[in-house]
Amino acid sequence: MQHGKYRFIVGFLTIPLGLYAIFVIWPFIQSIYYSFTDWTGLSPDFKMVGFDNYTRMLHDDIFWKSLQHSLLFALLVPLVTIGLALFFSFMINVGGRRRKGGPAISGVRGSSFYKIVYFFPQVLSIAIVALLFAFAYNPDTGAINSLLRGIGLDSVQPLFLGDPNLALWCVMAVLVWSTVGFFVVLFSAGMASIPADLYEAALLDGAGRATTFFRITLPLLWDTVQSGWVYMGILALGAESFAVVQIMTTGPGGPDYSTTVLVLYVYQKAFRDGQAAYATTIGVALLVVTLLFAAIVMKLGRRERLEY
Amino acid sequence: MKTTETPAPSPAEPGATVTRTDPASGRAPRRKGDGAVLNVFSHGMLVLWAFMVGMPLLWAVLTSFKDDNSIFSSPWSLPDTLHFENWSRAWTDANMSGYFLNTVVVVGGSLIGTLVLGSMAAYVLARFDFPGNRFIYYLFIAGMSFPIMLALVPLFYVVNNMGLLNTIHGLILVYIAYSLPFTVFFLTAFFRSLPTSVAEAAFVDGASHARTFFQIMLPMAKPGLISVGIFNFLGQWNQYMLPTVLNTDPDKRVLTQGLVQLAASQGYKGDWSGLFAGLVMAMLPVLAAYIIFQRQVVQGLTAGALK
Repeated sequence: MQHGKYRFIVGFLTIPLGLYAIFVIWPFIQSIYYSFTDWTGLSPDFKMVGFDNYTRMLHDDIFWKSLQHSLLFALLVPLVTIGLALFFSFMINVGGRRRKGGPAISGVRGSSFYKIVYFFPQVLSIAIVALLFAFAYNPDTGAINSLLRGIGLDSVQPLFLGDPNLALWCVMAVLVWSTVGFFVVLFSAGMASIPADLYEAALLDGAGRATTFFRITLPLLWDTVQSGWVYMGILALGAESFAVVQIMTTGPGGPDYSTTVLVLYVYQKAFRDGQAAYATTIGVALLVVTLLFAAIVMKLGRRERLEY
Repeated sequence: MKTTETPAPSPAEPGATVTRTDPASGRAPRRKGDGAVLNVFSHGMLVLWAFMVGMPLLWAVLTSFKDDNSIFSSPWSLPDTLHFENWSRAWTDANMSGYFLNTVVVVGGSLIGTLVLGSMAAYVLARFDFPGNRFIYYLFIAGMSFPIMLALVPLFYVVNNMGLLNTIHGLILVYIAYSLPFTVFFLTAFFRSLPTSVAEAAFVDGASHARTFFQIMLPMAKPGLISVGIFNFLGQWNQYMLPTVLNTDPDKRVLTQGLVQLAASQGYKGDWSGLFAGLVMAMLPVLAAYIIFQRQVVQGLTAGALK
């Protein structure tokens, strides 16, 4: 297989690698370089300013607020999403208990229906989901408050996105809403590959559902849970939180910076305030947070790989 | 959870043996009291979540058929008559047709480009040994975990300098570049799993490397291409951040952008019913495609996370 091998390799790699280098790698490298300059983005002139942007960032209250919110997104959203998804997928796949003759373990009735419905939000654009909920949260005309009024809870009429104490939670709930289904399906696939005799053995030993879950399902599913956590955390730090916060909250990022996140702050500094260099500095912080997050989850979650 | 952890009934339960002979009789009556409460609770949760997922979507569909008055006065009532004019207004006046067309062109172009270029790169990385192979592979992989927004600031100016800002083909190139990491990652693993013997036989018979790839390996890789194709299709169709930054020309907006802009401008125009029609219009094609190609969609979307 030597004949013309290198010509072939070069011929096949040049275009994809070229595109990737120009539009992905090169901008990343540039942005780290720009974070040490005073580039506005509006004019081509700039000069090196050393660590000025970084010192400024450390004294920027909005940066710290954004960082706090981003960390909350990265920790809480995956935690709630994966927790709910584990519960649902366990119920769907193992929750119903039929015995011998049929499969030793099986899901509750209607399990395939649940899987289909739960997955709906996953195929929709997060932008469309965010819009939909921006309307549903509307205090006067939205679906949620009118539903509350409908069942007689006239006194409970939260402002949702208008309430600085509530807005961030509302936005996070939307991310959870849209991602649970994906993990239910993902974990279901993982649970389906766990051998049934393990469950049978546990049943014979008199294990209840909770014991079965914590002693068998969760350990054997751990790799999937872990990579799912990293995947979800990266999304919650980046593109997804940008879309929901930018579309749903007033400002965007408000009220009173109560929902601003790092990724939105980068966008606003670069494309609204004409402070491209400072924006890349915050972007570098976001990069560090993302990589640290992934490393910590992988490290903390490491345990012996169970063969089965 | 602690309270439910130690019911520890005797292993030899009557219920277990009864159902052993009759699998069709449904759930075995184990641990009656505790089990029943747990059952009701967990079933209730499953139903509740299905309700929570379904209701907002249903609400959007309902609202898209109502007139503006009843949207505000009674959000949950059924439409008095089906106001189809909302839909036609959204399609023509609110330019949803234009947004659809733009999206189809952008996604069509970038999907084909992603699959062709991604499989070329993945094939070379999976099947050929050469210096730098691992380095290039990890370079692609690294792109999956970096926050795209960081690159977007300089990217805006890179694209601008190349004269590609606010152009459809510029957007296509950027979509392809940002879809490559996952595509290369996924397809490299896929090409490695294919048997080598067929390709070697073709090569012995005098087929060139390129011919072997296009006529033998690509058809063999079809299942992988479908999975990764669906993944990229949904990702690109639903893309919001890239066009928001790189594509600000009102005539070239894609669906997601168009809707968000529409929502922002509705504050002045007050055409909420038309907006909801647009929203539902944008949701329906993907939901329909999902219901039809359910198995493939689920496989395609979960393929990456399962590795």
